Amino acid sequence: MSEKYDLIIIGGGVVGCMIARWLSRYEGRVLLIEKEADLCMGASAANTAIVHAGYDPRPGSLKARMNVDGNQMWDQLSGELNFPFERRGDYVVAIGEKELPALDTLMEYGRKNGVPGMKLLSRAEVIAREKNINPEVSGALWATTGGICDPFGVTIAAAENAVMNGVEVLLNTKFDDFIMEENRIIGIKTNRGDFGCRWVINCAGMYSDEVMHKAGIRPEFVIKPRKGEYFVFDRADIAVDNVLFPVPSDRGKGILVTTTLHGNTIIGPNSVIFEDKEDRSTTREGLEEIWQGARKLVPSLSQKHIIGMFAGLRPYGNGPCKSPGIDYQHDFIIEIPTEVQGFVNLGGIESPGATSAPAIAQEVVDLLKDAGEKFKEKKGWDPVRRARPRFRDMNHEEQKLLIDMDPRYGRVICRCENVTEGEIVAEIHAPIPAITYDAIKRRTWLGTGRCQGGFDMPRVVKIISDELGVSPLEVTKKGQGSNFLARPTKQVEI
Amino acid sequence: MEESIKLICISCPQGCALEVTMEGKTITKVDGASCKRGKEYAQLEITDPRRMIASTVRVKNGFHPLVPVYTKMPVPKNMIRNVLKELREVELTAPVANGSVVIENVLGTGIDIITSREMPTSEMNRDHF
Amino acid sequence: MILKNLYDVVVIGSGPGGLAAAVAAKKEGAQDVLVIERDMELGGILVQCIHNGFGVEIFKEDLPGPSYAQRFIDEVSSLGVEILLDTMVLDITPQRKIYASNKRLGFVEIEARSIVLAMGCRERSRPQIRIPGTRPVGVYTAGTAQRWVNVEGYMPGNQVVILGSGDIGMIMARRLTFEGAKVERVLEVMPYLTGLTRNYVQCLLDFNIPLQLRHTVKRVLGNNCVEAVEAVQVDEKWNPVPGSEEIIPCDTLLLSVGLIPENELSRKAGIKLDPITNGPFVDDNFQTNIPGIFAAGNVVHVYDLVDWVTEAGYQAGRCAAKFAMVIRRKETYYLPLIAGDNVRYIVPHMLDKRNLEGQDIRLQMRVTQPIEQPVWVEVHDKENLVARKAERYVRPGEMVTLVLKQKHYMDIEKAVSLTIDVAPR
Repeated sequence: MSEKYDLIIIGGGVVGCMIARWLSRYEGRVLLIEKEADLCMGASAANTAIVHAGYDPRPGSLKARMNVDGNQMWDQLSGELNFPFERRGDYVVAIGEKELPALDTLMEYGRKNGVPGMKLLSRAEVIAREKNINPEVSGALWATTGGICDPFGVTIAAAENAVMNGVEVLLNTKFDDFIMEENRIIGIKTNRGDFGCRWVINCAGMYSDEVMHKAGIRPEFVIKPRKGEYFVFDRADIAVDNVLFPVPSDRGKGILVTTTLHGNTIIGPNSVIFEDKEDRSTTREGLEEIWQGARKLVPSLSQKHIIGMFAGLRPYGNGPCKSPGIDYQHDFIIEIPTEVQGFVNLGGIESPGATSAPAIAQEVVDLLKDAGEKFKEKKGWDPVRRARPRFRDMNHEEQKLLIDMDPRYGRVICRCENVTEGEIVAEIHAPIPAITYDAIKRRTWLGTGRCQGGFDMPRVVKIISDELGVSPLEVTKKGQGSNFLARPTKQVEI
Repeated sequence: MEESIKLICISCPQGCALEVTMEGKTITKVDGASCKRGKEYAQLEITDPRRMIASTVRVKNGFHPLVPVYTKMPVPKNMIRNVLKELREVELTAPVANGSVVIENVLGTGIDIITSREMPTSEMNRDHF
Repeated sequence: MILKNLYDVVVIGSGPGGLAAAVAAKKEGAQDVLVIERDMELGGILVQCIHNGFGVEIFKEDLPGPSYAQRFIDEVSSLGVEILLDTMVLDITPQRKIYASNKRLGFVEIEARSIVLAMGCRERSRPQIRIPGTRPVGVYTAGTAQRWVNVEGYMPGNQVVILGSGDIGMIMARRLTFEGAKVERVLEVMPYLTGLTRNYVQCLLDFNIPLQLRHTVKRVLGNNCVEAVEAVQVDEKWNPVPGSEEIIPCDTLLLSVGLIPENELSRKAGIKLDPITNGPFVDDNFQTNIPGIFAAGNVVHVYDLVDWVTEAGYQAGRCAAKFAMVIRRKETYYLPLIAGDNVRYIVPHMLDKRNLEGQDIRLQMRVTQPIEQPVWVEVHDKENLVARKAERYVRPGEMVTLVLKQKHYMDIEKAVSLTIDVAPR
């Protein structure tokens, strides 16, 4: 066993990183392992970026409690970790009279779940707030505690704060199996060696079922990938300033039309269960479905203004709700099972997973305390993580000062989003280095504008190769097997 | 024995569709040309098809690792492969002047391959302005 | 080179449009012309267009892109046009103020008497044509691949499918073949070739690269890198014809599906864009709706022959220079009046030197602080006293007048600015 830790977290999505941040406050060696080349490449990477108010989950479920508790923690968290977050407030919009009763149901759920600040709006009030809304709107539920975030920003910020406070992060490290002594977990096997520990925390998202099965836990629990597709619109052409939900169905919250923190309007997701846990392809049918769904809320959308499309996979689990009397079969699993020792088990953390992440982290710490874990406060724990400068968010005076400090901030690489060489280099050398194109894209938003990387890609590849001292042939888009360049020219016969 | 060949003239952007009638190795008729260049092209294309070649050659210590080059005149079409092979072997050293001869009389065609631009040395790197 | 604060003509972009505009502006008589280029060298897109076909009309020669550019680069140099390389223009205002940044100078603010926008265009991207599938590495626009192959010396892949029969796609088909890649197919959604027929002959037919009209890419396959594309036939409404799907194994998909004029900056300056061209509305001087801001080249609409871009650049540059010279002339005969000590404001704010014949000029002002004793109201051109008037007292509530007469005009004619002060005698 190469190294011994106190706690090992499997999975570097928003939940794993948030737990790491929470644990970083206490004494003890903590390791987070992530199988991909970067953090935040699973469900946390491709979603609607909404911080949910909490009227949607079934009252009495763990989802509901985590959602509402988590939602309340975002203001302090974004202040400490310095990631972008806005409490924009969200609207569930009823189209036509027949949909109005659904708003009452949501209101009732919300009340039962303890969601503050909800109000029913009349047709006229909705139209006054969103001029693009379908004129057949009949009313809306306005949840003032709803918000929008940058899901990569949250995940990376939490992870960086954890690392600053002593947590170790290993990328490209895939969990293989547990090392058990009778029914006690004493370590894990990975593709990069064995690691000893007293606790393993299962944050493996899409693969949380496979991880828990290796410990012999919940053989009946299965995760199915539930795909949701999205379109992104050009900022200049479409500006829906609000977060608009349709009335929900049994397949989920429905197809939104929503603004994002970058000012782009996005639409989606749909909800289709697939088989392949690695299939993140967009599909003709899926894109058509979100297009039609979005037009229900905002009929004036035009396909001419689409500049991006992507798909995300939700880890859709069949975890039964533990509360007595509640028949709900898709709840969060957050538990310390008794069948084995040393295992904190999470499963099925789909929406509202990101919203719940801070509450989940706290819940995990509480469960560990209940299980006898003695947490001693770490001296000098710093809850604050400073954000790195974003050139495009600064006014001219601030930009001048930034360039004076480091001239590389004077060299704009991504023209559409105004991302500078200084920022790219800063991410390459950040506490959790971003060394693939997609990792830098997630952190800086380069390549997400109108030209979709057409201008910046060769330049970013050159910067990465210069900074890491490797040939451009070794630079990848998202890790092993995704190299941009095949070979030099002048090598092969015609 | 009469034979008919279809060609697209590339002398100008119009791209006339030519129908060339041949008797053995002689062209007897050219239909479809809008100007006399079409007839000339057909003649050349059938007896001695030629093409301009543009490619790159490697440069040592250059501002860029390659400099673009081109054939001053069209070379025989069936020599494209071998011309490219010759170019693959070339490595110039910066600074390279615009219009300098990279390969003289390539493969005995009497045609030179010259650079399309100058290539200064790499001291003129990204930080020079 | 020391960067000035104010230029007669600033040209944004040094492709064929920008270079021609700079040359024409200088030749027309603009005193200082600055070209701002985001890349590390001049030439714009011509740097990577190493194939022939440029200059057939203007020079009566068949030149590769870089050679064509070099003609103008040499002229720009010999004419004394100033150049800023590796510099990105971040913002321009309707008042013709330009904000840009680069590594060496940092953040720069430049004013221009006139501007020529020559930013060219960008390529249509995959999401804009909504090709579903995975998002592996290996899907590029043809221009991005061209940059890698022709300038940096790298191949994006070895087995290529090209979507779009535009000229860039066909040119790249040949180029990649020259470098040893196998171009499996060119797919074109229209029932006709969208590029020049001569390119079809020289790039596709010559190398037996199959072209399929009325075909498109239905989806992209491969998680980390492209493994194949699914090609499909389409009907007149661009709907896939069921049963016509074909999986084509490849490691690279190049998109050559259209160019879009790049007008981010134009939008910021409040320039009106034509939704059909996606470029600015321009008159025959290539002036946009904002006086003094001109546009030339692909930024206005997509051209087919670079020679016509050059012609447009020449015209825009000439007109930009003429506009700048009118402004300069105005500046020479406009004389600013500066409120000096104890003067809150003066009306008029400036004098038109052309009015100095004949009439008196009445200056009206107010003081900031009252002075209850005799004062001089003095008009100075630097140290030189031009005119003065005595007042028994001055109060902010009472307007003060000073009349400039014929006898003052010789001094005023020579002045660059006039300062008016009020001080106790």
